[in-house]
Amino acid sequence: MALLEIRDLRVEVAGKEILRGISLDVEAGKVHAIMGPNGSGKSTLSHVIAGRPGYDVTGGGVRFDGLDLLEMKADERARKGVFLAFQYPVEIPGVTTTTFLRHALNARRREHGELELDAMEFVKVMRRKTKELGITDDLLKRPVNVGFSGGEKKRNEILQMAILEPRLAVLDETDSGLDIDALKVVSDGINALRSADRGVLLITHYQRLLDYVVPDRVHVLAHGRIVKSGGKELALELEETGYAEFLDSAAA
Amino acid sequence: MKAKTRGLTPFLAHLDGGVDAGQPDWAVALRRSGLTVYREEGLPHPKIEAWKYTRLDGLTRTAFEADVAAPGGLTVPDGRVAGMTEAHRLVFVNGRHNPELSDDNLADNGIEIATLGAPEAAPGWVTERIGRVLDLDGMPLAALNAALWRDGAAIKVADGAQLQKPLHLIFLAAASTPAMFQARHLLIAGRGSRATVIESHVGQEGAPTFSNSVMEMVLEDAAVLDHAKLVDEATHSFHIAATALSVGQGARYNGFVLTLGGRLVRNETRVHLAAEGAECRLGGAYVAAGDAVVDNTVFVDHASPGAASRVTFRGVIDDTARGVFQGKTLVRPQAQKTDGHQLHKALLLSPGAEIDAKPELEIYADDVKCGHGATAAQLDEDMVFYFLARGIPEASARRLLVEAFLGDVVGEIESPEIADAMSSALARRLAEIRTDHGA
Repeated sequence: MALLEIRDLRVEVAGKEILRGISLDVEAGKVHAIMGPNGSGKSTLSHVIAGRPGYDVTGGGVRFDGLDLLEMKADERARKGVFLAFQYPVEIPGVTTTTFLRHALNARRREHGELELDAMEFVKVMRRKTKELGITDDLLKRPVNVGFSGGEKKRNEILQMAILEPRLAVLDETDSGLDIDALKVVSDGINALRSADRGVLLITHYQRLLDYVVPDRVHVLAHGRIVKSGGKELALELEETGYAEFLDSAAA
Repeated sequence: MKAKTRGLTPFLAHLDGGVDAGQPDWAVALRRSGLTVYREEGLPHPKIEAWKYTRLDGLTRTAFEADVAAPGGLTVPDGRVAGMTEAHRLVFVNGRHNPELSDDNLADNGIEIATLGAPEAAPGWVTERIGRVLDLDGMPLAALNAALWRDGAAIKVADGAQLQKPLHLIFLAAASTPAMFQARHLLIAGRGSRATVIESHVGQEGAPTFSNSVMEMVLEDAAVLDHAKLVDEATHSFHIAATALSVGQGARYNGFVLTLGGRLVRNETRVHLAAEGAECRLGGAYVAAGDAVVDNTVFVDHASPGAASRVTFRGVIDDTARGVFQGKTLVRPQAQKTDGHQLHKALLLSPGAEIDAKPELEIYADDVKCGHGATAAQLDEDMVFYFLARGIPEASARRLLVEAFLGDVVGEIESPEIADAMSSALARRLAEIRTDHGA
């Protein structure tokens, strides 16, 4: 049984079919990349996995660790170990990153029958993680993402991922808009998380990230369908040829 | 001249023996001036602009009595009054000074405290200054207070005194039959003095109460006053209060008003920036739930050049409650170089919640920096989802967002001890409200 099993998933947004029958398995220990042009349904897929409201699943299903993921609310999915790194991380004025993450980690710990961490204990965990990731501590005292640069927001997503230690990480275009230093921090963070019991779904428009985080499988998404799957070399191929051929074939 | 629509004049029966009975001249003069204005203007009604959004019908439907005794065994509810660990306490119960619950020794270096239950014993600084800060014209309920007051606190901080401990004025309301009380207070912050004064108005559930109070504050030149007012009246109770300030040259008033409970609460603050370089920073936060009405009305009168005012309120409104914010900044012709700003932000948590906000600027000087604004919004669902996506349950997510929204104004409080007390009172209150209507 794969960690994440997507079967013939069909999703509509406001009456328009965006995902038109997707099947995909992400096994523990593996990194899968989903590539595709804008409008192919990449972000929809990540949002449906995370449980964002506003998407109507009209067919198929998603199982996570054997459980029916679509039956769970977003917060429950997260506590069970699904993590979405946002393409556009949300600014939360008035809530510091420390407070936000402490609530998040403690919610997860409660779910797993572990004791909550007090503020002091949590700060120790945060310090260790920021050090490992090479992220400066000052982000932690600031309100979540408020006034952060694009790179800082993405680093913050990676920090959150590192602290929450998900079973399945879905990264929605986490590489977009990053300079090379930030890209390095982000990919190091993803690589650090790779382990035999975790799965990663990397959603990206560009091949660049895949130089740093080498995927086990690459899938091309176009017009709401996976139109091609292959090994890591498929990403390089796409870099050469672009998405034009898939757009034509999928539309036909 | 605008024709006045006269309102009813209830509560005058509380005058008993009239205004003159056994009272010293200054008290008689104050009562008469109050009576004149109240008889002329009557109880405010919605046709009066200043009371358009806050109806007082509920007041006249209840047979409030004066001098209702509190149930026996009353103690100060430490979990509900402002959490000031180190403070002198002066306690009033149903508008009357209660020596048993007050600290024995309120004397501190540089502070003088008197209570006004026996007007004939009032010191000279009270009789000379009381009634001189608040103009009763257009303030019929303050006028009613001037006519009917029975007791109150009078505080004088000596010139140059730096008070070590805050003074905590605690006003408890507790009654088994409907009770009204009209406390009248005066605070004089002497030249160059620095003091912290907190008011906690806390009501115990029972029969409705109606507190109609007036606080006059004089900040003499270069005085600094940190002042906070916490209002947490019982569910069916009324709280109407006027706080009038006169701020002298280079003096600075840092005020905060936190409203957490009551059926109808009106905090009216009238600030007279009387001399050059006077400064007023007034912040406020409120939580209105059930069918409560919370009204914050602020009038800032820039009467001198180079004065600054900053008025920032935020409110969270739930259920079918209503928030009212009326903020007016008047800049008189001589008040050049005025820096005057006011802002109100409301967060509406349920479809039945309502906010009426009326920010106004009236400027007669040409070299000023002034601004005002009002916004109303619901909780941002993208923000809520971000919390959910990190595993934080929805109720906690919404509560954290509401706390953050109000925390923004609490964070601007200059005095750390006031900021701490206000934020813990707020957190306690927010733990009680539902925040999931929008879901």
